[in-house]
Amino acid sequence: MSSREEILNNIKKNIPSSTIDLPETDIPHIKYENKNKKFSTSLASVGGNAVWLEDNSIDEFVANNYKDVNVIVSTYKEFTLSTKDANKSNTPHPLANVDLAVIKAEFAVAENGAVWVKNPDNRHRALYFLATQLLIIVDKENIVDTMHEAYEKIDFNKKGYGTFISGPSKTADIEQALVIGAHGPTNACVLFV
Amino acid sequence: MGHPEKAAKFIADNERMHWHDKALWFVRQKRDIAAHGLDEWEELRRVASEIKTHTIDKLDFYLEEFEKNAKEKGIQVHWAKDAKEHNEIVLKILLARGAKKLVKSKSMLTEECHLNPFLEENGIEVIDTDLGERIVQLRDEAPSHIVLPAIHLKKEDVGKTFEKFLKTEKDNCDPTYLTRAARKHLREKFLNAEASLTGVNFGIAQTGGVVVCTNEGNADLGASLPKLHIASMGIEKIIPRLKDLSIFTRLLARSATGQPITSYTSHFHAPIEGGEMHVIIVDNGRSDIIANEDFKQSLHCIRCGACINTCPVYRRSGGHSYGYTIPGPIGSTLGASKDLRTNKTLPFACTLCASCSNVCPSKIKLHNQLYKHRQSVVAAGLLGAKKHTILKVATWVMKHPALLDFTGLMARKIVPKLPRSILYSKANIWGKERELPKFPENSFKELYKARKK
Repeated sequence: MSSREEILNNIKKNIPSSTIDLPETDIPHIKYENKNKKFSTSLASVGGNAVWLEDNSIDEFVANNYKDVNVIVSTYKEFTLSTKDANKSNTPHPLANVDLAVIKAEFAVAENGAVWVKNPDNRHRALYFLATQLLIIVDKENIVDTMHEAYEKIDFNKKGYGTFISGPSKTADIEQALVIGAHGPTNACVLFV
Repeated sequence: MGHPEKAAKFIADNERMHWHDKALWFVRQKRDIAAHGLDEWEELRRVASEIKTHTIDKLDFYLEEFEKNAKEKGIQVHWAKDAKEHNEIVLKILLARGAKKLVKSKSMLTEECHLNPFLEENGIEVIDTDLGERIVQLRDEAPSHIVLPAIHLKKEDVGKTFEKFLKTEKDNCDPTYLTRAARKHLREKFLNAEASLTGVNFGIAQTGGVVVCTNEGNADLGASLPKLHIASMGIEKIIPRLKDLSIFTRLLARSATGQPITSYTSHFHAPIEGGEMHVIIVDNGRSDIIANEDFKQSLHCIRCGACINTCPVYRRSGGHSYGYTIPGPIGSTLGASKDLRTNKTLPFACTLCASCSNVCPSKIKLHNQLYKHRQSVVAAGLLGAKKHTILKVATWVMKHPALLDFTGLMARKIVPKLPRSILYSKANIWGKERELPKFPENSFKELYKARKK
């Protein structure tokens, strides 16, 4: 008997013949009067920042706010200041020197400052973690209250990768002292356009 | 050596013990603020508990559904009945691809299986990449907490460790400086890795993918750079639907550290371009726990660590005193279920205060389980002669009311007159580190009678 059968048989032997129904997940939950404001404070609490772009273009925003960056890559089509093509190489390793990645997110979640990033056009998901700084572009209409609405908006019918990113990478593994910038980006800005 | 003996070593350093206690209580308080911020908190716990109950009761069905859907997404699925088989599968996958350099993110399951020493014996370089885990790996220690692996260490300890292994500046123990040093050291390991291994927070039956939650981004870096990604998953990590995550992602980080969500909640449903992804489904004693109505709820655990942070015994005795892979209330019940003889002292590392059960996001009645395990310890004759005799005598006395009254009377008369050298002699194990309360003049029975008159 294979281990697969052995495990499944042992489970079958040990489980009851009936069980409770799966509960609904869309329970009554918090709604924010001002989702933008909540998103902003949530993201600030985890070390990130949110900006609503007004008259400027994204190019101008980057030119004004990221003066010391040399290597810029982007998965966002309207952005034109990339210094190299994120998808050019067959392996993600050449992206290790990226100073700024301008990436696209599908939507933002007010309760926790997270954005949903799933982009089949981006060849190397490692980009989100290799870049020193992240600038995440989200359509300002696309913001939800909580994870309940968030999971209504996503699916994995096809294979792929998607991640909720909430702020920059961080750790508190040394004496509970919060340090922003662990293995991934040391800075994360969400730009609503 | 059992929990009391190891705990005695920990509390010998009184200042450090109090420091540890406070550090954990601080995390517990952050959890409270996060939980109280949501009116629906108790509803979230209810739903989480019901999802887990349903899933464990139909676990064979959901595991097979997971396997089918994972395979459709090009993920290779393996089954391991025990730790040995798990470790052999990992090694076989690595050797088949000629991978000698492995980066690992946090996985208590691989700690449970003692994967690292096995791989190292077989010539594989294993690097733990979570900062806390890297610290304890360099020190050749086990994690002392499932979420905060190096919580037992002070920054000076970490500074000394990094001085030795990462050549950081002498006596520099600034957490930011040390974290940056680790980042540089581990970035190189990530870029040169030939394979990665991650744990699994949730395996989604409906979609055949796995979810991994981290703050540091180490799981994602590992699983996105080398061509080979192995995910090790205990059978109880299965959830039926993608949308179940709306419940669990709201509970997990709030319960763990008081954050609204981890920095990264990553859904892996494919390998990277040109790569391979493997999921190893591991039993290692879990399917036996399902058979036991008293303990099967322990499989609801989502490994947030809330029960550990709140436990008054854990906070004052440290993770290493448990001697089991997972410390604290959840570890004590899992350890006792797995091997009662070896872990016979763990159900007693508990005050039965029930704080663990009250903070558990999936509503495991942890203290009830520990209470039940104590009965199993007694029934198996594992209690130890001294405790056993004391309890036998106490039972006999309490069964005889007149005798109990007399014993009480004698105790009230004699005990206050005894010198400390006798009262707190070695025979009185209760009196270790504890002061007896002031004895009253009259018994409760006497007071009650007097009042009724």
